[in-house]
Amino acid sequence: MEAFTTHTGRAVPLRRSNVDTDQIIPAHWLKKVTRDGFEDGLFEAWRKDEQFVLNRPERQGASVLVAGPDFGTGSSREHAVWALQNYGFQTVISSRFADIFRGNSLKNGLLTVVLPQETVDALWELTEADPTAEVTVDLERRKVLAAGIDADFELDENARWRLLNGLDDISLTLQNEADIAAYETSRPAFKPRTITV
Amino acid sequence: MGRTLAEKVWDDHVVRRAEGEPDLLFIDLHLLHEVTSPQAFDGLRQNGRQVRRLDLTIATEDHNTPTLDIDKPIADPVSRAQLETLRKNCAEFGVRLHPLGDVEQGVVHVVGPQLGLTQPGTTVVCGDSHTSTHGAFGALAFGIGTSQVEHVLATQTLPLARPRTMAITVDGELPEDVTAKDLILAIIAKIGTGGGQGYILEYRGSAIEKLSMEARMTICNMSIEAGARAGMIAPDETTFAYLKGRAHAPEGEDWDAAVAYWKTLRSDEDAVFDAEVVIDAASLAPFVTWGTNPGQGAPLSANVPDPASYEDASERLAAEKALEYMGLTAGQPLRDIKVDTVFVGSCTNGRIEDLRNAAALLEGRKVADGVRMLVVPGSVRVALQAVEEGLDKVFKESGAEWRHAGCSMCLGMNPDQLAPGERSASTSNRNFEGRQGKGGRTHLVSPQVAAATAVLGHLASPADLSDVATTAGV
Repeated sequence: MEAFTTHTGRAVPLRRSNVDTDQIIPAHWLKKVTRDGFEDGLFEAWRKDEQFVLNRPERQGASVLVAGPDFGTGSSREHAVWALQNYGFQTVISSRFADIFRGNSLKNGLLTVVLPQETVDALWELTEADPTAEVTVDLERRKVLAAGIDADFELDENARWRLLNGLDDISLTLQNEADIAAYETSRPAFKPRTITV
Repeated sequence: MGRTLAEKVWDDHVVRRAEGEPDLLFIDLHLLHEVTSPQAFDGLRQNGRQVRRLDLTIATEDHNTPTLDIDKPIADPVSRAQLETLRKNCAEFGVRLHPLGDVEQGVVHVVGPQLGLTQPGTTVVCGDSHTSTHGAFGALAFGIGTSQVEHVLATQTLPLARPRTMAITVDGELPEDVTAKDLILAIIAKIGTGGGQGYILEYRGSAIEKLSMEARMTICNMSIEAGARAGMIAPDETTFAYLKGRAHAPEGEDWDAAVAYWKTLRSDEDAVFDAEVVIDAASLAPFVTWGTNPGQGAPLSANVPDPASYEDASERLAAEKALEYMGLTAGQPLRDIKVDTVFVGSCTNGRIEDLRNAAALLEGRKVADGVRMLVVPGSVRVALQAVEEGLDKVFKESGAEWRHAGCSMCLGMNPDQLAPGERSASTSNRNFEGRQGKGGRTHLVSPQVAAATAVLGHLASPADLSDVATTAGV
């Protein structure tokens, strides 16, 4: 995983709540068997509308998505995270994320930042009024900074440490091999098995 | 202090607990399908890793599989390639697979329970958000992303922060024609699509205890639509009776030991939930959605709401956008909404009891002119059972299409899709924009409402059929 320390970029204000993962990447894109090449599928249905914020010339190259509450609801498809990253987003800001989406994001180095809705409103107003306005997301100091905005955000210490160092979860877990093996020997005999080995 | 059901199952699976770290949780059962696994197997290959516990892993094909002409090569080359990738991966790593054409093939969340693999007190994961279905057995079951699929394949564990718990207590009697689907849609409308975020839900109370396993699965299935990764119901005699004799259920002494353990899986009297919601079953009615998220629902007897009536600005905007997308007008009676398509199936309502409920209303009646009705059993086993009971004949005689098993129109990854602007009454779980096909409009309903709607051509409850003559039993 790529490490995330701090990122500064222009923003896309997405004034929508309940942006589900079917909107982020529609199901027909899920037939691909790679982790890349999803950028054209990002918000595919909405992008058919020329006025959709992502299509505006002033939003090209933006890397911070500022969305309404309950972002990433619905399907567990990690393709939603890959689509956002493939397109060029480094971080998503919302007042509330769906659990599975948030977990998937943090495993891929896409930083999801939870801020109060008032701060999200302020970021929307700022970046709508001035599309060149830059937003900084600083994971080391756990701060979101923009003109007139200085907001702290929470992220549990363990997730932050893994992101800052770009650590691979599986390698970390395999360091506990002895614990896993010990647990396995203690499992009751009645637990189900899919095959006899 | 007492513990909740969720806390008991969680504690029994902690491999490692350390200050400042997420718990490392052991996974008892890992279900795989073709859509969310290819990149995970690639990850294993790139790092030279194996599947740690083949005996706790099983795969089937469901999302891409066609429901017609399953004996012919799959027409869509991309769908075919994805299924072939799963077959190749399962063969290479040694994973048990039930492919298209196999008698145990079907929607992954129908297959696990019917094989008896889903058991009380187990942890169950799958790269699919509707894994919450398995919580109906008192299992801790939740959807995961592809990175976590790879993690479980490699380590049979997941590092997870312990969620909070929410009790959803439903007491009283459900009125006639009110089903588990109506109940869960009403719960989601009440707490919202984010209401369960960060929680494991536990459904409890006398109305829940009276439900069959099929109905309990319908409820737990849609926990994710309320934002909760997992929903659970304490196992009881209904659960044990369902499991007894199934292919992977314990036998002999193992059965006795298992039941003794399963009986301990109830929230203690003095357990404290972080949140509690109480619902009076008797107050419920057949429920349908009018909008583009599962929380935008109302009793069938109501009218399409006026967005102006929402105090919250973001809810108001969401309602405005939903009505625009759905082509509905505020104040319009929900019963007046005409549909083009009726879909009965999915991991929410594709089990044998769902098919029986829909068939009972269709018997001797006809699907309305201009309405297409698809009946897609959740698994091959469900289909075989339905045929044995003659349900397939009832569907076909009414004018419905009887299809092969799979996810089908729930998400339209196969050819079963709505055309732009088409409207469905669907027993599935998501009414998101474009979910059932680009530009398609979805109303979520119970199998009973689906059947009544098919006959009348507009959203309708079973009671509305009383005026429609039936030729059955004449």
